[in-house]
Amino acid sequence: MTTININGQSHEVGADPETPLLYVLRDELALNGAKFGCGLGQCGACTVLVDGEAVYSCLLPIAALGDRNVTTIEALGTLAAPGPLQHAFMQEQAAQCGYCIAGMIMRAQALLQKTRSFTDEELRAHMQPNLCRCGTHMRILRAVRRAAETMRAAELSTKHREATR
Amino acid sequence: MNAINNTNLLSRDTLALSRREVLAGGGAVIVSFSLSPVHAQAPQPQSPPLPGSLKETPLLDSWIRIDADGSITVFTGKAELGQGIKTALLQVAAEELGAGIERITLVTADTARTPNEGYTSGSHSMPDSATAIRNAAAQVRDILLARAAERLSTEIDHVKLRDGTVRADDGKSIGVGELVGDDVLHVQAQPTSKLTDPANYTLIGKPVARVDIPAKVTGGVAYVHDLRLTDMVHARVVRPPGYGANLLEVDVGKVEALPGVLKVVRDGSFLGIVAEREYQAITAMRALAQAARWSETSALPDPASIYTYLQGLPARDVTILDRGTLADASNVLTATYHRPYQMHGAIGPACAVALFADDALTVWSHAQGMFPLRRAVAELVGLAPEKVRCIHIEGSGCYGHNGADDAAGDAALLARAIPGRPVRVQWMREQEHTWEPFGPAMAARISAALDRGKITSWQYDVWSNSHSTRPGTAGSLLAGLAVAKPFPEPPPALIPQPEGGGDRNAIPIYTIPNARVVNHFIPGMPLRVSAMRALGAYANVFAIESFMDELAKAAGADPVEFRLRHLDDARARDAVTLAAEKFGWQSGTTPGRGRGFAFARYKNLAAYCAVAVEVSVEHETGEVRLRRAVAAVDSGEAVNPDGIRNQVEGGLIQAASWTLYEQVGFNTQRLTSRDWSGYPIMRFPAVPESVEVHVINRPAQPFLGTGEASAGPAAAAIANAIADATGARIRDLPFRRQRVKAAIGV
Amino acid sequence: MWRLIRNALAALVLLVVIGAIAFAVIAWRPEIAAIAAPPQRAAFDRKDIEQGAALAAIGNCDVCHTAAGGAFYAGGRSIPTPFGTIYATNITPDPETGIGEWSETAFRRALRQGVARDGHHLYPVFPYDHFIDVTDVDAHALYAFLMTRAPVTAPPVPNDLPFPFSWRPALALWKVLYLRPARFKHEPAQSQAWNRGGYLVEGLAHCGACHTPRNAEGAEQRDQKFAGGSSEGWYAPALNAASPAPVPWTADQLYAYLRRGDDPQHGAPAGPMAPVVHNLARVSDADVRAIATYLASTIAAAPGAAPKPPSVALLAATPGKDAAEVFAGACASCHSGAPGAVAIDLAHSTAVNAPDPRNAIRVVLAGIMPSPGEPGAMMPAFAGALTDQQIADLMSYVRGRFGHEPQWGDLVDKVRAIRTGQEKS
Repeated sequence: MTTININGQSHEVGADPETPLLYVLRDELALNGAKFGCGLGQCGACTVLVDGEAVYSCLLPIAALGDRNVTTIEALGTLAAPGPLQHAFMQEQAAQCGYCIAGMIMRAQALLQKTRSFTDEELRAHMQPNLCRCGTHMRILRAVRRAAETMRAAELSTKHREATR
Repeated sequence: MNAINNTNLLSRDTLALSRREVLAGGGAVIVSFSLSPVHAQAPQPQSPPLPGSLKETPLLDSWIRIDADGSITVFTGKAELGQGIKTALLQVAAEELGAGIERITLVTADTARTPNEGYTSGSHSMPDSATAIRNAAAQVRDILLARAAERLSTEIDHVKLRDGTVRADDGKSIGVGELVGDDVLHVQAQPTSKLTDPANYTLIGKPVARVDIPAKVTGGVAYVHDLRLTDMVHARVVRPPGYGANLLEVDVGKVEALPGVLKVVRDGSFLGIVAEREYQAITAMRALAQAARWSETSALPDPASIYTYLQGLPARDVTILDRGTLADASNVLTATYHRPYQMHGAIGPACAVALFADDALTVWSHAQGMFPLRRAVAELVGLAPEKVRCIHIEGSGCYGHNGADDAAGDAALLARAIPGRPVRVQWMREQEHTWEPFGPAMAARISAALDRGKITSWQYDVWSNSHSTRPGTAGSLLAGLAVAKPFPEPPPALIPQPEGGGDRNAIPIYTIPNARVVNHFIPGMPLRVSAMRALGAYANVFAIESFMDELAKAAGADPVEFRLRHLDDARARDAVTLAAEKFGWQSGTTPGRGRGFAFARYKNLAAYCAVAVEVSVEHETGEVRLRRAVAAVDSGEAVNPDGIRNQVEGGLIQAASWTLYEQVGFNTQRLTSRDWSGYPIMRFPAVPESVEVHVINRPAQPFLGTGEASAGPAAAAIANAIADATGARIRDLPFRRQRVKAAIGV
Repeated sequence: MWRLIRNALAALVLLVVIGAIAFAVIAWRPEIAAIAAPPQRAAFDRKDIEQGAALAAIGNCDVCHTAAGGAFYAGGRSIPTPFGTIYATNITPDPETGIGEWSETAFRRALRQGVARDGHHLYPVFPYDHFIDVTDVDAHALYAFLMTRAPVTAPPVPNDLPFPFSWRPALALWKVLYLRPARFKHEPAQSQAWNRGGYLVEGLAHCGACHTPRNAEGAEQRDQKFAGGSSEGWYAPALNAASPAPVPWTADQLYAYLRRGDDPQHGAPAGPMAPVVHNLARVSDADVRAIATYLASTIAAAPGAAPKPPSVALLAATPGKDAAEVFAGACASCHSGAPGAVAIDLAHSTAVNAPDPRNAIRVVLAGIMPSPGEPGAMMPAFAGALTDQQIADLMSYVRGRFGHEPQWGDLVDKVRAIRTGQEKS
C-alpha cells in the first residue's frame, strides 16, 4: 500500500508504486478531472498540482509523491460552488469538447497561485504545455484573465476591509 | 444546479447503471414501438415533405415524451460532440413547449431509445434534428393545448402552456402530465407547424449557457472515458506495426502471468489484453507488444511524390458541373493546389466500454453514428442487430471519423471474451495517431480566363480518395479486418453532390458563364482515410479562394471587390461585406503584415462564412503568425449565437493549425507522425491576438448548421495574407516555415 | 648612487615607453573609412545572397546576433562568459547602430581578425579564431547576405565586464597568443566532401568553439581539439576519440542527426545544439553531408564497434527500488527501449554516457520542446514533478542500468545547482 495526499486527504492505495498518479486518481479514487491524453507528457490533459506546481500526472508514479500534496480540479470547487477559475470558464463558455479543460484549469491555477498579474505573453507561455484541439484557446485565455481579475478584486476588498477595520 | 443534472444525460444517475439495469434493458422498451421504419408509417405521397428528420421518423412521441408526472423528455438521434448541440436542441424544444430548458431531459443517440438520425456529421444536426424537434415540439404543444381547452371547457385561443402547466384565461389550469394519456402523442407529424413567432422568442437566439460545461469544469462525469461501471475491467489492444501487417506468433505465457491480467485475447491478427486495473492493462499491453512477431508487407508511397502517385491511380471521373464553352488553353491562368494527409487528433484517444451478457451486447461509444455502429458491431460479434445496443456518450472532440468506431469494435470483441463484466478500452496516443483514418491528401487544378475584369471561363479538377469509410459493416472496423476470418472491406464510397465528398465545395459559388468541374474519385487508398471536418471543402475552398486572389491580382482588382463582382446571392454578399467592414479591410494593414480574405458557403447550401485575417511573416525564417481574424457567419436562424461563435472561432483556429503546421508524416515503410512531437499542432504562444466572429441572424429562416463553415475560408485567407505580406503565392499546404522561407527567398 | 638610480629609472621609463609604443603598434588598428550608404540589393548577385544565407546558417550568426523575440541580426542577446556578460551587436545594415557603414574590407577584417570598422578589438566570443579561415568568396557572400537584410535601429547594449576584461586593447595580446590562421588544411588524399566538411567545421561552423575545452584565457586548447567542451551550462560532447556515444557515430547517422534532428542511435539535439540543427535546415544537403563526413572522421577513433554491455558491478551500485519505480512510471512509457517506443533507447543515449551529467539533468528538469509548429524531439519537463533527490537517484539508476561508464558524483548538488541557476557555465 502507498499513502498519498490528495486534495487534503490521505489515501491508502493498493496500486503498484510505479503506477502513474493519473490512473490512481481516475480508477481508484474515482476523480474524473485529470484525463489521459497522451501518456507522454506532451498535451497536458492530465495536469494536476503537486505542492503548487503543475505536473503531468500521467508521468508521475505514486512512489515519487512522498508526502507532497496533490490538488485536482475537484478541489477547486463544485457545481454548486465553483472556484474562481471554474466560474470564469463557465462565464466565458470556455469549452467545446472540454476534454482538455480540467488540465487547462489546473495549469492556470498553478500560475494564479503564484501571481495574479501577468502579461498576455506570459500567460500564453505558461499555458504552452497544454494542447487544445477544438480551438478554444481565445476563450481559455479570457477565462484565466477573468479569474485573475476576480481574485485580485477579492484580495483588494479583503485588504480594504482589513485596513478599515 | 439540479436543473443541470436533469437535463444532462451524463448525470451520475444515468451513468451509474448497474449491470442489472443494463440487462433489464434500462428503458429500451419505452419508445421503441414508435421507432418503426419510415416506410411502414410514411405519410401519403402527395403530402409535402415533413421537416428535418421527421421525414424518416414521423411519430411525435419518437421525439417528445411527456410522462404522467409532467416530466418532459426530448429524444435526438444526434450526439453531443462538443459542438454544443444539446443546448441548442433544448433551446428549440423548450421554446416551443413553453418550458425552461432545465425542465427538459434530453436523450441523445441511443439505439434503444432515440430516432435513427444516422451520423452526427456534415453540420446536419441543426437542419435535421433541431428542425424535427422544433416542429415536433410545436405540434405536441398544440395537441396539449387542444386537449387542455377541451378539458377546461374553453377555446384553444384562451389557453397557454407555460412551465408544464396549461392555464386558461379564467385562471383554471391543468398539468401536462394529465393530458398525455391514451398515446395522445403517438401520432404522425404534420408537414407544417405553428412555430413561435420570432417576436416572442425567449430562448431561441439567446446565448444560453451550455448545459454540458459545468460538469466539464468541475470534474463531473462527462465522457465515456469517465464511465465506471460495476465490476468494470480495463483492456488495451496491441496494433500491428503498420498497415496490413499480420501477427505471425505471440508468446502469451509471460504476459498472462503478469499481475492483474485476466485474459489475452487473440483472434487472427487482433490482439488485446484485459486486466483488472488500467495501468496493469497498459503494462501488459507493452509486454504483449514485445512478445508479438508481425509480418510487415505493406509499403507506402514515397511522400515526396504523393500527389503524383495518387493522381496516377485509377480514378472514377465524375463531371459535376458542365456549363457553356471553356476558353481555349492559350488564354487562361492555371494553378495547382495540394493538401496533405491531416489528422483529427482528438486530445483524448478513442475509448469505449462494452458489456456482453445473456447473448446481448451493450456498447458505450463516442462514435458519430450509433445505428451504423450497431450494424457493424453486431456483424463483428455475430449477433442480430436487435441484440446490440449502442449508446452515445461524449468523448474528446471528434472532428469527423476518428478511432471511436474502431475502439467500439475492439471493446465488443474483448467484452465477448469476458462475458458479464463491462470492458473499458482506451487507445494509446501512438495508436490514435497512427490508426485513425486521416483526412485524405488532395490535389486541385484550376484554369480560368478573365475578360475585362470578370471571370469568363473556369475549369476545375479535383483528385481525392473517399471522404467516408465509416461503418457500415464490420469490414470498416480495424478489428473486423484483423480477425482470423476477416470481414470484407467495403468499397470506398463516393458521396454524391450536392453535398459531395472530395468534391465538396468544388463547384464555385461565383457567377461564371462557362464552367466545368470534374471530380476524380480515387478508390485506392495507400493511407487509411475518411471524413474529417469539412471533408473536401477544406482543400477546395483553399484552392478556389486562393485562386480568386490570384485572379483579382491579374485583374488589378481588390480581392473583396473582385469577389463581390461575381457574387449574386444577397446573403453571400452580406457575409462578405460584413467581414470586410468589421476587419477594416479598407484601411489596409500594419506595415510588415499581410491581410487576406476568403469566403465560402459550406457545401454551397449551408452556412455562409467570410473570413479576413492578418498575418506576420518572419522574413528570415519563414515563420507565419496568424495575428488577427474576423469572421462573419450566416447560419440561418441563430438558435445559440454564442454557440455559433464558439464553433466558428474553433473551426478557424483549428484550420489555422492545419494550414500552418499539419501534415501526416510517413516514409516508404511507416507512418512517422506517432505522437504530438511528430505531428505538431498549434500551441498557445501561436494563437492569434484576437478572433472576432460576427453572427448574421436570420430569424425564421431554416437552420443551416455551423461546425464546418470556417475551415476552408480560414485556410485561403491565411494563404492570401501570406501572399500579401511577401508577394509569394504558396499553393501547397501546410505553410511550415521552411516551405514559406523557400517561397519568399532571401 | 643617485645617478645610478636615476639611470635605472630612466631605463625603466624608456622600457615602459618602448613597451607602450610596441603594444600600441600591436594593439592599434586603423579605422576603415565608412561607406556613404549600404550597398543596394542590386549591387549583389542573387546567387551570392543565397549562398550567404546558407553560410550564415552554417555560422549560426542569428543565434547570437538575435535577442529573444527581437529582430533578426539586430543583436542585443546577452552571452554569459566566465569573464562577464557580453552583448551581441547589431549586424543589420543600419548605418547608425548596425554595420551599414562597413565596406566589404571592413567586414572581412572583422570576420577574420576581430576588429571593428572603427579599429576597436572585438571579443573572441565572436569566433574570429575560426572565421579566420573563411575564404574571400564566402566572406563576400556573407557580406552580400547581411547587407541585404532589413536595417534595424538597435543601439548596442554595453557589455557587463569588469576591468581588465573591459579594456579592449588587451585583446591584442590574446590575439598574439591565440589567433592562428589556417586551422584546416586541404588534404588531397581525402574526398571532396571531407575537405568541404573540414573547411566548414573548422571555420565558419566553429564547432570547436563549444566542443573543444578552453583554457583560463578563454581560448580553445588546441592540443585538446574536440575533446568536449561547454556551452551555456551544457556539456558539448567530445567529437574525437573520446566521444561518449555508446554507438560509434557513422557519417550517415551524423547526417540524419544534423539534417533532421533525429537519430535513434544517439539522441536529439537539445540546449545550444538545438538551434544549430535548426539552422542547418537551410543548408544544402551536400554541405550537411560534408560536415557529417568530416566529423565522422574526427570521431572515427571512438572505441568499440558495438554498444558495450552494462557492467554488473555498476548495476549493483545503482540506487534501489524507488528509482526503478520512478523510471518505470515516469520514463518507460517513452524510453522503454521496445520496438515502436516513441523516444530513444537510453542505452544509446550520448547524454547518459557522457562524462558529465549536466545534459541529462537539464533535459529531465526542463524538457525539450521543438520550435513552434515544427516536428522534432519532445520531452516533458520534470522540474515540478520530481525532487532534487529523486532526479539524482534517477540519474544514478539510468547511468547504472543503461550507461557503460562509472557513476557520476555529487548528483544532488548538481541537480540543485542547475535547478536554481547556480550552475557555472
